[in-house]
Amino acid sequence: MTPLLELDGLTKEFRGPGGARTTAVDEVTLTVEDGETLALVGESGSGKTTLTRLLLKLLEPTAGTVRFEGRDLAGLSAAELRGIRAGMQVVLQDPYSSMNPRMRITDIVAEPLVTHDAGYRGRAARPRLRERVGELLTSVGLAAGVQDRYPHEFSGGQRQRISIARALAPAPRVVVLDEPTSALDVSVQAQVLDLLAELQQRHGLTYVFVSHNLAVVRQVADRVAVMRRGAIVECGATADVLGAPEHPYTRELLAAVPRPDAYRARAGATGA
Amino acid sequence: MKTPVLEIRDLHVDFELSAGPVHAVRGISLLAYAGETLAVVGESGSGKSASMLAVLRLNPEPPCTYPGGEILLDGRDLLVLPEKQLREVRGNDVAMVFQDPMTSLDPLQKVGNQVAEVLRRHRGASRGEARAEAVRALDEVGIPDPELRARQYPHELSGGLRQRVMIATALVGRPRVLIADEPTTALDVTVQRQILDLLADLRARHGMAVVLVTHDLGVVAETADRVVVMNDGRVVEHGPVGQVFDTPREQYTRDLLAATPRLEPTP
Repeated sequence: MTPLLELDGLTKEFRGPGGARTTAVDEVTLTVEDGETLALVGESGSGKTTLTRLLLKLLEPTAGTVRFEGRDLAGLSAAELRGIRAGMQVVLQDPYSSMNPRMRITDIVAEPLVTHDAGYRGRAARPRLRERVGELLTSVGLAAGVQDRYPHEFSGGQRQRISIARALAPAPRVVVLDEPTSALDVSVQAQVLDLLAELQQRHGLTYVFVSHNLAVVRQVADRVAVMRRGAIVECGATADVLGAPEHPYTRELLAAVPRPDAYRARAGATGA
Repeated sequence: MKTPVLEIRDLHVDFELSAGPVHAVRGISLLAYAGETLAVVGESGSGKSASMLAVLRLNPEPPCTYPGGEILLDGRDLLVLPEKQLREVRGNDVAMVFQDPMTSLDPLQKVGNQVAEVLRRHRGASRGEARAEAVRALDEVGIPDPELRARQYPHELSGGLRQRVMIATALVGRPRVLIADEPTTALDVTVQRQILDLLADLRARHGMAVVLVTHDLGVVAETADRVVVMNDGRVVEHGPVGQVFDTPREQYTRDLLAATPRLEPTP
């Protein structure tokens, strides 16, 4: 079986002032299997967000290829690429800046539908579009009736649900989740992670889950790729990478995670 | 019997908004002791930041009002202190570090000058003394090459170094209470670890009381002696970290602990 996504020797260089070159992504070779959750883990500046932009073809690679469903994205015409893009969607970290504050929820969620399906365009299609948006909102745990409201009327967690509904609108196969819960409170984060798991099961989705939070990754990912300075230093099943890390950098990351049971090892924190 | 450095008694904080008053803090009490870290835990909107800003009366007035309570520093009520005396308290007795160092540092001032300014303002130090002391303060918080760094601007520093500059600024006046409001939330996990270690080290060395505001129970377990759990403007539970984590009395605390993602599978 062909993997859903294949990255081969993917490299991206940026040129800074004075022509200084920075290699943001450095010869990344990686596959993402249909229906799995692959976590991309790393610290700020490690290149994980640039890598997701390359695989969504929002950036052109300096070298290397991205294949989606076996097709090299580099060889596609604009029209073919549009068709493929319906199958790859993204949910971003900040639910506040990723929505136009002057658009109603209907139009925010419907935007990818209108982009990818002519059947949702125009006044005559409006009832059909509203019905579809209502279904999408219900599927992420919101009331269908909220679609006439504006983003500022929603909390961070609700906005992230709206972002997820929007990503699911064109029935994608793969969804890139770029730190989808980093800006949320821990109880809201737990609800959104549960929702993502449920949607994955129901729709057979593939997730590329970008995160710096290894505890969250342990909960959601089948496999983990650890990035550092643009390169993947370690990749494998979540239990292996987090349970028996091979690379010193992975061990360093793991050691730095604050543990909710750490007080047991400290003197003075227990007892009155 | 230990005496607390800082005591908050039945504090209320309101915000008078056009849509009506918002009761952000509804009668909280807490004690901070020298040499200890007290964690104040809660989710957004729980009132934890509004309570901490109240200690130095940094909430914008209006719309903020303090309809009740006392904030006692060595027996003096900061809530009724005249502004002039309050300015003496800020930086000298009580200092604050915030989440986002980029918005709390002046982008147009060299970082050394920003640390030195505290000394010139609060201690009346001369320009030369203040500069030398600022470099020592940057060195103490583990900034490599402090002479060079003192001459740089905030944008030339990484997030971790900026947070160290903030801590240096807060500590150069040798405060007895340091309030750190989500000091590591914007940082990478390895940098977070360094900053938490630094705070613990400085607390031990100077015998400060540290009040650490956070939503991360992992951070609490790593650094705090006692914890106050806030929800909806009230303290729902407080006690030694071990006690609150091992035998939480309130459902809210249990929910918070259950929602916290863990690296090791829970047995």
